[in-house]
Amino acid sequence: MPFEWIVAIRYLREGRVQSLLILSGVAVGVGVIVFLSALISGLQVSLIDRTLGTQAHIVLRRADEMPRPLLERDGPVAVTAHVERPAQRLRSILQWQQVLDSVERMPGVVALTPTVTGSAFARKGTANRAVLIRGVDPAGFLRIIDVGSKITAGRFDITGTDAVVGSELAAALGLTVGDKIRLSAPDDRSEVFTIRGIFDIGNKDANERWVFVSLRSGQTLLDLIGGVSTIEVKVADIFSAESIAQGLSARTGLEADSWMKTNTQLLVGLRSQNSSSYMIQLFVIIAVALGIASVLVVSVVQKSREIGILKAMGTPTRRIIRVFLIEGALVGLVGSVLGVALGAGLSLFFASLAKNPDGSPTFPVDLNLALFLRASIIATITGIVAAAAPAHRAARLDPVEVIRYG
Amino acid sequence: MDDPLLRLEDVTKDYGERIVTRVLHGISFTLSPGEFTALIGPSGSGKSTLLHLLGLLDRPTSGRILLRGGDTGELGQRALGRLRGRTIGFVFQFHHLLPAFTAVENVMMPILADRGRADDEMRGHAVGLLERVGLADRMHNRVTDLSGGQQQRVAVARALSMTPALVLADEPTGNLDTESGDQVFALLRQFNREQGTAFLIVTHDPRLAARCDRIIELVDGRITSDRTGGDGQWNSASDRRDGRCGD
Ligand SMILES: Nc1ncnc2c1ncn2[C@@H]1O[C@H](COP(=O)(O)OP(=O)(O)O)[C@@H](O)[C@H]1O
Ligand SMILES: [Mg+2]
Repeated sequence: MPFEWIVAIRYLREGRVQSLLILSGVAVGVGVIVFLSALISGLQVSLIDRTLGTQAHIVLRRADEMPRPLLERDGPVAVTAHVERPAQRLRSILQWQQVLDSVERMPGVVALTPTVTGSAFARKGTANRAVLIRGVDPAGFLRIIDVGSKITAGRFDITGTDAVVGSELAAALGLTVGDKIRLSAPDDRSEVFTIRGIFDIGNKDANERWVFVSLRSGQTLLDLIGGVSTIEVKVADIFSAESIAQGLSARTGLEADSWMKTNTQLLVGLRSQNSSSYMIQLFVIIAVALGIASVLVVSVVQKSREIGILKAMGTPTRRIIRVFLIEGALVGLVGSVLGVALGAGLSLFFASLAKNPDGSPTFPVDLNLALFLRASIIATITGIVAAAAPAHRAARLDPVEVIRYG
Repeated sequence: MDDPLLRLEDVTKDYGERIVTRVLHGISFTLSPGEFTALIGPSGSGKSTLLHLLGLLDRPTSGRILLRGGDTGELGQRALGRLRGRTIGFVFQFHHLLPAFTAVENVMMPILADRGRADDEMRGHAVGLLERVGLADRMHNRVTDLSGGQQQRVAVARALSMTPALVLADEPTGNLDTESGDQVFALLRQFNREQGTAFLIVTHDPRLAARCDRIIELVDGRITSDRTGGDGQWNSASDRRDGRCGD
């Protein structure tokens, strides 16, 4: 083992109480960072999951399908993300088969499906509700939004005149699997469908309004024979959705809305949450660095006699500097390993405290290797940086002083 | 003529910035290889200061210190440290061992610090030295577990671990009882005889000084006497081995 390591390790083992204190300091700091990061990123992942549970990453539609009636009105205008197009204005994406091919070739796109979406009314007996017809190809659509796993009764089966409705709509109309409902488009086309399944995808609006039918039924009902109103796209990296959407828009001439654009508020929220978390981490790191530095400064003072002896023996200054840098690095590294264990344990404990009815944790935590590595690297570098000042102090010690008065 | 190991030319040393005190006044002398010299003088006369200058731990205010003919004043801090490590060994009054390490680790430390890495040859060398100073059975003890005399013997072994040409000892027996002190002194003499290592030993003990080849006396920062000691047989380095002093 090299001289520097031998001396550094021996000194750390020698100063038992000091080493334990400083290691606990680093461990607590790293534990806080790991816990905080795991909790914040866990919450963010679950927020995003929930958002993307009812929404395609990118939705393509005809550009001229702007919601004119809303915009032309006088007075304050509210343009929401889910603007409903009047059925009579519903028009197909031109040559959508070719568009599908071109979208599929876009890098980053992992799945896509054509859909027909439009307003209608659902009637059972005298009860009547405004709904949103979602005419989809089941295999393709389930790859975009996984409704299949959110079925609470029946199956996701929409062949022929079968339909699948949300739990809220089912409750409002008193529907159970096997019941029949009449769906009518605004232009009075209508058709009777049999309920084959009821879903709950955790979004009240969707549970209240979405009615899944086959693509063909949707086309017939919404007077869009052979056409599709939207193409829904899934991408590999959700945070590149916006740039891919812009690329798709340029490539196809269609309007392309990414989930990022329709959830700006959420993203702003996540971003400010991230920056406050970084601030907290920064202060924790500074506190840890000051702790390491102060303990090492004390140890340099305590060891000044021995440092002087080492220098009198001809030990090069750079070796003495390295001894202390290694001490800092070791304290950072070992402390961070303890801290990762502490933070992970704390996170798991916290996650186990409160559970949702379905058994998932109320506070999901996201523990991953990248987080552990990042915490350890930061702590080790912090240790080295914190050791720099004490190391140079040691290097400047005059051996004559030590020998004469030590 | 004999190539001197160390030569001092008109060396002075001042302390203080505003009120300057001259501790050494124009010191000149030479040390030959293998010489066994005592440095005596009253307390505060500048012996330790002189030893630190000779040991390249400190630099003179004026004058030159030549090691094997080379002017050490021209060397940078780093080169000086290297030269010191390889040519000069120290034994101090307070042993100045590293308390966190065992006896054998302390003896290895100068070589380890020089080469950067320990190997078996180094360890064997250190073990051999400890056997020579009679501490074979105390090798793996922490130095803090050893008696004062034993600690000073470890310090002697350490001073010799780089096989230096010159060992500087500042009152090496000053803190020991007579018997331990004699043991340590005998060891120094033994290494001097066997390996031809030169020694400069600061001592207050006239009995020990008398057993050296040469005695330099310092009073108020000036050399007041420089004479052959003990049996008075010593004349030059070449007949050093014939001198019957020290036993
Ligand atoms: N760093 C220093 N600053 C000022 N004076 C010093 C310093 N070191 C030593 N001295 C003075 O130099 C003189 C010689 O000291 P020293 O070499 O220790 O003498 P000795 O070893 O012979 O007892 C003493 O008067 C001491 O006070
Ligand atoms: Mg002295």
